[in-house]
Amino acid sequence: MADEVVFEYLHMEMISYLYRTAEKIEQDHCISKLESLGFRVGQSLSERFTKDSSRFKDELDTMKFICKDFWNSVYKKQVDNLRTNHQGVYVLQDNKFRFLTQISSGKQYMDAAPKYLAFPCGMIRGALSNLGINCVVTAEVSAMPACKFQIQIQRL
Amino acid sequence: MSRQSTRGGDPRKVNGELFTLTYGALVSQLLKDYEDDDEVNKQLEKMGYNIGVRLIEDFLARSNTGRCNDFRETADVIAKVGFKMYLGITPVVSNWSPAGDEFSLLIENNPLTDFVELPPGHSSLCFSNLLCGVLKAALEMVQMEVDVKFVQDQLKGDNITELRLKFLRRLEDAIPVGED
Repeated sequence: MADEVVFEYLHMEMISYLYRTAEKIEQDHCISKLESLGFRVGQSLSERFTKDSSRFKDELDTMKFICKDFWNSVYKKQVDNLRTNHQGVYVLQDNKFRFLTQISSGKQYMDAAPKYLAFPCGMIRGALSNLGINCVVTAEVSAMPACKFQIQIQRL
Repeated sequence: MSRQSTRGGDPRKVNGELFTLTYGALVSQLLKDYEDDDEVNKQLEKMGYNIGVRLIEDFLARSNTGRCNDFRETADVIAKVGFKMYLGITPVVSNWSPAGDEFSLLIENNPLTDFVELPPGHSSLCFSNLLCGVLKAALEMVQMEVDVKFVQDQLKGDNITELRLKFLRRLEDAIPVGED
């Protein structure tokens, strides 16, 4: 088991690597690259975390898994608030999101927030995709370290 | 090493699988970006270096270790305190050179390579090269210039993973790297 500091440094370094090596014009790609890295990690993680649990009843049940077990294993806490419009949109609110706590507690460095949230968004999307839910995950910050993840389920 | 999820465990630890998988995803991204093993090694070491520069501060603040008197003590601190604290393993220190300026860290189960299998055609890739950078930078910050490299790797079929550290010289008190 690794120490959280190591993981946080690795995450930061991953971001700075991508931005360091990308040309100015393609910096937009960095976010999607980070997201796809997270997707991969999330996919494998949900596989490992659910190997002993029974099948989820429905979509809401799966979301609860993300908010409780998944969040607990990854961030050592549960999601503080889960809301849904019952039409495929879920909002997960974390009042003290781990990747943001060291950065700021206010509005300073707001423009840096997207970089640090792309990987976590990807992780959620990856985890859900492996549980049979296709979705788009976006993050929204109004003041660090609180953060809202919006999950929009794609229905065919 | 325990493989359960970390629910209720030490609050300072993250799930080992999360760490391993993230590192793996990063390496495969680098392989995609460069398609050249040597360049990937270089990038990994560079990233490790950037991590090591910061990690040493966290380490000194948390572990209460003072200055080491000799390289043997340094070796012990790295293996028994550093590795233990950050990766949860304790490598064996061995193969001292007669002059006492070179030793090996024998790592039995490298947490960075938990689910990893190297596909063929990557014989010069050092999967865990990040560690070299971390050690080099961390020691540099305490005025020791050290050469670190992998000489054996379980991923390549060796029995054990061996990390060789060679003391090069003591750095005089100078401006830290990057602040000139």
